[in-house]
Amino acid sequence: MPSKVLIVDDEPNIVVSLQFLMKKAGFVTSVARDGEEALGAVAEFRPDLVLLDVMMPKRDGYEVCQELRASGWTDLKIVLLTAKGRETEVAKGLAIGADAYVTKPFSTTDLVDTVTRLLAGEGG
Amino acid sequence: MNDRLRTARLVGVGVLALVLFNFPMLAMFDTDALVAGVPVLWAYLFGVWVIVIALLAWIARSR
Amino acid sequence: MIDLRVIVVVSVAYLGLLFAIAYYGDRRADRHRSIIANGYVYALSLGVYATSWTYYGSVGRAASTGVGFLPIYLGATIMAALWWLVLRKIIRICKQNRITSLADFAAARYGKSALLGGLVTVVAVVGIVPYIALQLKAISNSFTVLRGEPPAVAGAADPPLLTDTALYVALLLAAFTIVFGTRKIDAAERHEGMVAAVAFESLVKLIAFLAVGFYVCYAMFDGLGDLFGIARADPDLSQLLVLGGFEEYRSWFWLTVLSMLAVLLLPRQWQVAVVENVDERHIRTATWVFPLYLLLINVFVLPIAIAGLTSFAPGTVNPDAFVLALPLAQQRADLTLLVFVGGLSAATGMVVVETIALATMVSNSLLLPVLLRRENALAEHRDLGRSILRIRRITIVGLLLLGYAYFRMAGESLELVAIGLISFAAVSQFAPAILGGLYWRGATRRGAIWGLVAGFVVWAYTLPLPSLARAGLLPASFVDGGPFGIEMLAPYALFGVTGLDEVTHSMMWSMLVNLGLFVGLSLTGRQDPAEHVTASIFIDGMGKLDSSTEARLWRGSATVCQLEVLLARFLGPDGAHSALLAHAERTGADVSPDAAAEAGLVAHVEALLSGAVGSASARFVVASVVDEEPLAVDEVLQILDETSQVLAYSRALETKSLQLQAATTELRAANERLQELDRLKDEFVSTVSHELRTPLTSIRAFSEILSDNPDLEVAERSEYLQIIVAETERLTRLINQVLDLSKLESGGAEWRVEDVDLDDVVATSVQASAQLFRERQVSLEVVADPLRPAPFVRADRDRLVQVLLNLLSNAVKFCPPETGHVEVTSHPDGDWIQVDVRDNGPGVAESDRAVIFDKFRQGGDTRVARPSGTGLGLPISREIVEYLGGRLWVESIPGEGAVFSFTLPIAEGAH
Repeated sequence: MPSKVLIVDDEPNIVVSLQFLMKKAGFVTSVARDGEEALGAVAEFRPDLVLLDVMMPKRDGYEVCQELRASGWTDLKIVLLTAKGRETEVAKGLAIGADAYVTKPFSTTDLVDTVTRLLAGEGG
Repeated sequence: MNDRLRTARLVGVGVLALVLFNFPMLAMFDTDALVAGVPVLWAYLFGVWVIVIALLAWIARSR
Repeated sequence: MIDLRVIVVVSVAYLGLLFAIAYYGDRRADRHRSIIANGYVYALSLGVYATSWTYYGSVGRAASTGVGFLPIYLGATIMAALWWLVLRKIIRICKQNRITSLADFAAARYGKSALLGGLVTVVAVVGIVPYIALQLKAISNSFTVLRGEPPAVAGAADPPLLTDTALYVALLLAAFTIVFGTRKIDAAERHEGMVAAVAFESLVKLIAFLAVGFYVCYAMFDGLGDLFGIARADPDLSQLLVLGGFEEYRSWFWLTVLSMLAVLLLPRQWQVAVVENVDERHIRTATWVFPLYLLLINVFVLPIAIAGLTSFAPGTVNPDAFVLALPLAQQRADLTLLVFVGGLSAATGMVVVETIALATMVSNSLLLPVLLRRENALAEHRDLGRSILRIRRITIVGLLLLGYAYFRMAGESLELVAIGLISFAAVSQFAPAILGGLYWRGATRRGAIWGLVAGFVVWAYTLPLPSLARAGLLPASFVDGGPFGIEMLAPYALFGVTGLDEVTHSMMWSMLVNLGLFVGLSLTGRQDPAEHVTASIFIDGMGKLDSSTEARLWRGSATVCQLEVLLARFLGPDGAHSALLAHAERTGADVSPDAAAEAGLVAHVEALLSGAVGSASARFVVASVVDEEPLAVDEVLQILDETSQVLAYSRALETKSLQLQAATTELRAANERLQELDRLKDEFVSTVSHELRTPLTSIRAFSEILSDNPDLEVAERSEYLQIIVAETERLTRLINQVLDLSKLESGGAEWRVEDVDLDDVVATSVQASAQLFRERQVSLEVVADPLRPAPFVRADRDRLVQVLLNLLSNAVKFCPPETGHVEVTSHPDGDWIQVDVRDNGPGVAESDRAVIFDKFRQGGDTRVARPSGTGLGLPISREIVEYLGGRLWVESIPGEGAVFSFTLPIAEGAH
């Protein structure tokens, strides 16, 4: 059974590119447009991994990540995507429970590798 | 009220009293008519006196 | 007619009560539980101003001059308003320097001049003894009236000495004064028992006078209106209700001034107001309670005078006795006795306080300076303290007997008020030296002495002397024709000045010479070193320069032992020792017997002795045991200069430190502003980088996808390529706007401001955005007001187009497709023209209305608009409009659309 990836971003063009990349790597995808939608989608779609944009309206990626970890989603892999690449922000993201931190603009190969590696690690 | 202000106000009342209790204010009320049964001049002097005392009390007692 | 025995019993009982109160007051003071430490008691004790002259004499004066008796109390009221300024300063100086009397104050101010102190004492005694006589006369008269005998008239035979009540009264009062006024050697100590008794007496006389006033007005007559009505109807009495003329106003003015000075400078007032003051804050209470007291005790004076004049046949009853005679004629023995006791209070209170004050002056400023200067005086007497007390006691008896003698000699021939005013005029001679010395640094001893002497001589020549002539003690021709027939020197018309009443005449001349000499000699003469020092201490009396500076001004050598021996002579060995120990504890000075006394200790010993023997004598006594090196004038000046320089420096430092503090605060605020700006800039850079990375992300992702997947379908490939193009456009737009905004904000933008046709600009903008509107199927309408004048505005045409394009694209973005409608209107508003861009989109929430003008902040649901908006359009538009002098804002009803409006100044000459 293929792994499920939830894409959370408010930029439609980025969502299109991510969907393309994930499908091509063999994952099943679903999309959420903001933080609140993301929380609902996780409960419903039960993904193995979330690609989570940080700068979003309503609730930002950090909040969503914290909330997911707090409500028991400990096995869920979370990859933060952000256009803010400063080190403090990377550290903050990892500190609140993200598994990886990818800076925009990202290399598509690196992103797919990161996702694949995280999901393989979970598989054993 | 600070000390400087209190002093200035008290001295101000003193000067006011000096003016009101003397010519020419005095001449304005110096008639032998009666007002409410008392002489005009007598009423004027005691009236001003009461006002002056009230002012002094107000300034001296305020904190 | 009241039985003599009743009168005697009541009098003795009342005086016994006074003894008891005074005794209780002293006992409480000894146990440090003062009963006089209270502003109201202080104010009541100041009521000693109202003597039997007020109590009996005011009615007498009112019976002849009507309201003319009032200035004596109105002047005192005016001075009460100045107490907080003047009296407080005097009290502080006296407490600091242990000054015990008016004479000592004058002496201490002018270089501890024994001569000036003595002069003040002489003037006070000469001026006040008749006043004491007056009180004795009042008591004596009241006895006579009570016993139903006709009041003594001028020329009546005096009663034999041993049956004269006045003599016994005088002796009794002397005893009281000695017991309660000379308990302690240190005259600077308060006489609490005496003050308590005097305050009680003030209460008694007020109650008694109000009682008789009510009785006369409301029991004998039908109220104030009735009495004044009677007076108004009678041609003679109606004269009492008015003053009537300029001469009267002039006398009135001088009486006001006279009483202003007297209420401060009468020895008894000085005693209760200054020496007996417990706490300077009590002045605040007294400032209004004392005038209130005076008002109450004067309310019924004129009505009683009218009642007396109506009730008794002219000439049968002395108006001075109306207060007693009225209730007596009504057979009201109880009320009459109460009035009598009230009168007794007024007289005894005055006599006791005045005698203590005078006795202190006579002993400390007149007798001691002479006695101590006698050779061997210090060597002869082992215990000087006791001899000083003895001197004071003898002085008290002497003063009262002097008063009694005056009363026997001349008292019967004078009205009460006349003597009172003569005394007032005498003490007002102190005003230039005392009040001038309080505020004028340059006042000299020579000026003070000669002013006082000359003023006193003129006073004596123009007031008491002619009154003695009237009493038959001098030839009567002296008064009218002048001495030896020289009319220019006639005492009531000096140098031909006539038309003034006696008191005004005397005050005018005596004040003229007194002030003239005081000012003139002070301006032309020089102060000696001692005067410089004391002048500084007095002028800076509000706590700036103190006796420690004075200590610096003393140079000499003595041992502690010598000083202790000296102190012991006055305070006793125990007192001296504990005084030195107390000083050592406070200042840390070395007081072991063989140590050299430091200047501070010498100054302290001198201050201690000042309380006992007066400042002039204290200086002399101390000088007798220490080897003093006199300081030269320039040395003193130098030290005083240094002191004032230190003061000036410290003031300057204070100012500097305040300035520094202000500068620091400013710097801190500036720094905070800078940090805030820095933070904003940081945030801006971070936001810009985010906004740049977002399109870059799409561009890179799709470029890599296209490159990694050559086998993509044509449709897909073309879609992705279009995304890349759109995102690149977005990126370009963003960079342009950021640069634009930064140019606008830094002021680096180029502006071509000219008269611009607004309609043309609107047309251009509408045309430019027409494509956008077509795409989204939103209708656009321009509404022109046909009535408005030619719509020329001052603006930069291109920038204005930019603003309108921004607003239009903003509007179209938020409009619903197909049903969307945008309207552009413009209308003049005074010197301005306002342009509105109205849409029917979702509107702007109240909370967003301010933030949408911030950089990169977009309102509402931004998902739709994201690719086409940079979040910089509105901030840029606002910058432009504000640069052009207008304003840009939004109004909106959420759900029904928004109106973005801006104003621009109409071009001059266009309207």
